[in-house]
Amino acid sequence: MTTLLDVKDLKTRFHTPEGTVYAVNGISFHVDEGETLAVVGESGCGKSVSMMSVLQLILVPPGEIAGGKVIYRGQDLLKKTEQEMESIRGKEVAMIFQDPMTSLNPVLTIGRQICESLRTHLGLDQKAAEKRAVELLELVGISDPANRLGDFPHQFSGGMRQRVMIAMALSCNPSLLIADEPTTALDVTIQAQIVELVTKIRNTVHMAVIWITHDLGVVAGIADRVMVMYAGFIVEEAGVIDLYENPCHPYTSALLGALPRVDRRRDRRLKSIPGAPPSLLMEPHGCPFSTRCEVAVERCKSENPSLTPVGKNHHNIACWIDIKTGVAR
Amino acid sequence: MNGTLPLVIVENLTKHFPVMRGIVIQRKVGAVRAVDGISFIIEQGETLGLVGESGCGKTTAGRTLLGLYPATAGVVTIDGHNVRSARGREMLLVRRIAQMIFQDPYASLNPRWTVHSIVSEPLRVHHLFKTEAERVERVQELMGLVGLSGRLINRFPHEFSGGQRQRIGVARALASDPRFIVCDEPISALDVSIQAQVVNLLEDLQDRFGLTYLFIAHDLSMVRHICDRVAVMYLGVIVELADRNELYEHPLHPYTGALLSSVPVPDPRKDRTRHRIILAGDVPSPINPPSGCRFHPRCPLADERCSLEVPEWRLAAPSHWVACHKV
Repeated sequence: MTTLLDVKDLKTRFHTPEGTVYAVNGISFHVDEGETLAVVGESGCGKSVSMMSVLQLILVPPGEIAGGKVIYRGQDLLKKTEQEMESIRGKEVAMIFQDPMTSLNPVLTIGRQICESLRTHLGLDQKAAEKRAVELLELVGISDPANRLGDFPHQFSGGMRQRVMIAMALSCNPSLLIADEPTTALDVTIQAQIVELVTKIRNTVHMAVIWITHDLGVVAGIADRVMVMYAGFIVEEAGVIDLYENPCHPYTSALLGALPRVDRRRDRRLKSIPGAPPSLLMEPHGCPFSTRCEVAVERCKSENPSLTPVGKNHHNIACWIDIKTGVAR
Repeated sequence: MNGTLPLVIVENLTKHFPVMRGIVIQRKVGAVRAVDGISFIIEQGETLGLVGESGCGKTTAGRTLLGLYPATAGVVTIDGHNVRSARGREMLLVRRIAQMIFQDPYASLNPRWTVHSIVSEPLRVHHLFKTEAERVERVQELMGLVGLSGRLINRFPHEFSGGQRQRIGVARALASDPRFIVCDEPISALDVSIQAQVVNLLEDLQDRFGLTYLFIAHDLSMVRHICDRVAVMYLGVIVELADRNELYEHPLHPYTGALLSSVPVPDPRKDRTRHRIILAGDVPSPINPPSGCRFHPRCPLADERCSLEVPEWRLAAPSHWVACHKV
């Protein structure tokens, strides 16, 4: 499989009145064509910021992309001008956001909003753009699409708005879709609808997807590969079945232990992770998880482990300890 | 009080919010039927889960039950006191024995008050201390109970993380020695690793003080973990109520079945082979709820009868209640 996006040593900081926030601290990952990569982590772990850095959607200042490379189809996106980026965003790489209400313009009809990207990126005229917009709305399961083009966002429910967002994202047949917590604001029954929709579309148009989420349940259903982030670092990266059946980083294993299951009887208390994630206002030194980690040793406090392979199957973790045996790797 | 009576009895509880039109001369043009006649009991020491999607009326039910919203109809009895008719001293007593933990740990604490003022307010309202020293001591004891260091007593809410703030909310709810606590989505604003901390804390406190909980949530996995019995709400009514394992393993109402099958399972092999019932459409408006069974427009089993007759609330199996014509 060919690599579509290859990110190397990406660093993003925010310079705020309280000090510098070390949001993303040198992460490297790749996405293959047609692959679904899930990015999992808790709030503030840098999962959204890293993907927004890829598209240069970070506001500079206060933000700053302090280093790294974002190679998309052989070109470094970080070296592109704003104008060049505009022709990539929406056309090559599309993004959908968590809150479908605030990401749609409330005073424009959805027809106009979908047609906008069709006209700018594909150069269609109004008539052709409208025809395509109707097809797109039909594809995402909105009934009577021709008549709904003239409706405003407030006339749609939350789930329907997210469908409209997906229609807009798909309008130019992107090779990569970045979905930033697209179902977090939705109810479970609507979430199931959206997950089913994205899976169906991905399989028909062969599009790569980066799915950002904090929900390990959703990840299990859609991802091919998963990367787990903590405090601006990638701590574990593996194929989806490998990650759930053989979690190797103490953080991943603790997260899975903290989840109750809807399909099983209660057999134990939940395993909680003591403490809270570290402040990002200090330059990281040592393993970021060492303060909450059950198996941490002296070395964890001073040296930050880098991502290294464990076993086969491209399973990488950033940890000094083998959690199965409790001894250094 | 009485060992045989349930601690909380709710009968036909109803809450309608008027829909007004007009700016100068306002007139009522309809009602949001947020809670439309729900009945259940909660036994002493039990945790009852109340689940449903957003807008189904679960939060309104919790608040109306405690008298925070005046009820439109129905009877709520907590520890033998009728909440709707209680006035004066009796109302104060109800407020002391029944407390609430709110969803949003950011909005439910006054940002200008210290932890000391927040946690000791119930003590002041209910005259539960004699001297200032006694008050400080009690606040520190409460902070210890919820796992916060007593040294933080003079800090403000913004100095705490989300999980710690929720602990402050729990300490405030515990301050008046309640017997019954309504937990309104106490963990949904928190990260996974912090959720487990708060849930374990709530369980420990329940064991220690024999508390009774009404646990309102939309996270069905967590509800199965923490609740003894579970009630499922849809558009202002309870459609099914049963013991947790009975409900999750043998759901009878088609809505419960669809809801449970929509919950993703953190196990890729299993999640991908599960049979999912995908419901069409969205929850209708509670202003003009559908006739007959409120679920009939989205129900895969519905026939003509479902759109005409309101299904009876009945016992379908031992301690398993359901309202559906098709069961």
